[in-house]
Amino acid sequence: MMEDRTEHDPVTGTETTGHNWDGIQELNTPLPRWWLWTFYLTIIWGIGYCIAYPAWPLIDRATPGLLGYSTRAEVEAQIEAVDARNADVAARLASADLATLGRNDPAYHYGVAGGAAVFRAHCSQCHGAGAAGALGYPNLLDDDWLWGGTLDAIAATVRHGIRNDTDDDARWSEMPAYGEFLEAEQIAAATEFVLQLSGQPHDSQLATSGATVFAEECASCHMEAGTGDRETGAPDLTDAIWLYGGDREAITESITNSRFGVMPAWGPRLDEVEIKAVTLYVHQLGGGE
Amino acid sequence: MSDSEPTALYAAREPIFPRRVSGLFRTLKWWIMGVTLGIYYITPWIRWDRGPNLSDQAVLIDLAGRRFYFFWIEIWPHELYFVAGLLIMAGVGLFLFTSALGRVWCGYACPQTVWTDLFLLVERWIEGDRNARMRLWKSGWTPRKIRLSLTKWALWMLISIATGGAWVFYYADAPTLLRDLIALEAAPVAYFTIMILTGTTFVLGGFMREQICIYMCPWPRIQAAMMDEETLTVAYREWRGEPRGKGTKRRELAERAAASAQAAGPRIGGRSPRIPMPGIVPAAGKPDPARNEPGDCIDCNACVNVCPVGIDIRDGQQLACITCALCIDACDDVMARIGKPRGLIDYLAFSDEERERAGQSSFSVWRHVLRPRTVAYTTLWSLIGLALLYALFVRPEIDITVAPVRNPQFVVLSDGSIRNAYDVRLRNKHGEDRPFRIQVAGDAALRLDIEGVDATQVPVPADDTAHQRVYVIASANTDPALADSTGIRFWVEDIVSGERAYQDSVFNGRTGQ
Repeated sequence: MMEDRTEHDPVTGTETTGHNWDGIQELNTPLPRWWLWTFYLTIIWGIGYCIAYPAWPLIDRATPGLLGYSTRAEVEAQIEAVDARNADVAARLASADLATLGRNDPAYHYGVAGGAAVFRAHCSQCHGAGAAGALGYPNLLDDDWLWGGTLDAIAATVRHGIRNDTDDDARWSEMPAYGEFLEAEQIAAATEFVLQLSGQPHDSQLATSGATVFAEECASCHMEAGTGDRETGAPDLTDAIWLYGGDREAITESITNSRFGVMPAWGPRLDEVEIKAVTLYVHQLGGGE
Repeated sequence: MSDSEPTALYAAREPIFPRRVSGLFRTLKWWIMGVTLGIYYITPWIRWDRGPNLSDQAVLIDLAGRRFYFFWIEIWPHELYFVAGLLIMAGVGLFLFTSALGRVWCGYACPQTVWTDLFLLVERWIEGDRNARMRLWKSGWTPRKIRLSLTKWALWMLISIATGGAWVFYYADAPTLLRDLIALEAAPVAYFTIMILTGTTFVLGGFMREQICIYMCPWPRIQAAMMDEETLTVAYREWRGEPRGKGTKRRELAERAAASAQAAGPRIGGRSPRIPMPGIVPAAGKPDPARNEPGDCIDCNACVNVCPVGIDIRDGQQLACITCALCIDACDDVMARIGKPRGLIDYLAFSDEERERAGQSSFSVWRHVLRPRTVAYTTLWSLIGLALLYALFVRPEIDITVAPVRNPQFVVLSDGSIRNAYDVRLRNKHGEDRPFRIQVAGDAALRLDIEGVDATQVPVPADDTAHQRVYVIASANTDPALADSTGIRFWVEDIVSGERAYQDSVFNGRTGQ
């Protein structure tokens, strides 16, 4: 017959495990048995999970799992689903005439939102994430446009670019480097005249002689009043906006060595919907005409 | 060492067969069960007319539309502080009830208790009361037992499906969703949610029951920490009941009980260890040597038989007790039959024990309930409630938020004027489209221009937010154009109702960069 060796704690009457450390005994407070089964169940679940889903890391990837699940495939499926959902509105934008597209048209909203993404991916490197440009890279937020700020003009600029060798329809013009033709005094005089045109402090005596230089050399593109010409991308010299800086030094540099800003043609890289979308986006940034 | 290893470290659940009981607290519990279950099942079907553009469901959590509707109240996501406030009130309310009445939430209002009660009702209806159920439990799988069990499980399952089903109606238009559910056209998440909640209701209410309260729920532990010596809780008047005993052997048993009761302390479950609760003296102290008469307790075990968690309240306050007070009903019934006063088991505070042992009468319920601690909780609770009500009534039907565009901070225009851009959100909480007028104040030189709109009016759709970029322009050489920054205020006005709202912002001048 087995001896009953169960021990009890004298204070609480609770059974002890029999473990004894320097007189301290461990009480046996039994866990519910279903708890143990739950624990086993989680182990079984874990094994099943390892078989069904990617789990064990190998050298270059993890075990694929029977279900063939992958987060990348899931993302791809989601992107496809979004594209499919947008197919109608994208097609509508592709065939739309931007000038007559209503602001409440779903294609308009799709274009502006999608255009923002296109802009950040392809345009922000030069024009800035906020489209405010930088020295030599036009600010697209203001009301001044070198080549025109209508939807059609913006779309043409995006499609063909400016002064690039890759697109025959690229906008093109080239200002001579007047340092090769004119004397330094003439350039200085023209600089003073340009300062006068834009209402900045200037030497009026020099400006008077500069007016002659301007009429002979510059007015053919920048117009007699200096208001510029969008056909040739000649900047308006009378306003407060300067692509390369409007102080005496910068203007002298521009006249002497000329400027030659280049923008790539995006026609070959973006599709029709993307071009129209980014056009709509740029147009509604605050300067669209 | 190994052969001195004692019995198992895991214990099987001991089945509990609570006996039917009637009385004051049982009646109260029936009423609470009826009201709470009624609210739960019926609420999604209440209609509330909000006009053509909004849902007509009185209580609706519209996750897709990001709105919460509660009768005349509509909560937008940015007003989630109402929900936070309600949760804080629920928390303080729990403090209040627990410090006054112990685990009263567990005993009466907790869904686990209510649904277990409902499942027990079904069980009793199908299989009979305690003794019949115990016999059935012990018997083999006879055809009768199979039939009864299947009937019981089927009814439980129906209740579970109704419970899981009712939940999803809070998240969508109930009649439409019901039609879709039946036509198998509802969203998979609806079926999935119903399945999960049906499963949990079935298992938790039918099989887990008191195991949830004893081993899984954190509330009992937290609530125990919030009780004090003035807290009213279910207790046994040991000084009146002991020595217990029944029939002709009462006296003899009483002697023995006195000796063994000395070891009795708080316990969990049927065979669980005795874990003393802080500040609670084991209920059975030394019997009064001067008292030869047996106590009022006739050891009929009525209190144990009705207990839904299977404990003996005469062992004193213990972890497993959900204070459902059914043992009070059971004991009162017995006391009435043997001609003794009620209340051998009763709502008592710890401080009452000393007074009663000393022969004094216990304090009144009000004396226990109305004390600085509960008054403080009530005050706090009410203040939060009043603050929420105030916020609810003063919140505008229109709203404006302004985010200045920081990239770039300003733009120079051809004529040298300075332009700042702002992303404005206009909220229209009305159930109809409204035209809003935007104005800017701060400096007479500032001019407002709204992107894409020639007028100063912006149409905002019903119950929606309109995003609108607006420009503020300062002509060259005006004060705001030259200043580092100028404080401005955007005003928005509902042209129909004349309501106004504003938000302050800043205009950055040329020197700001």
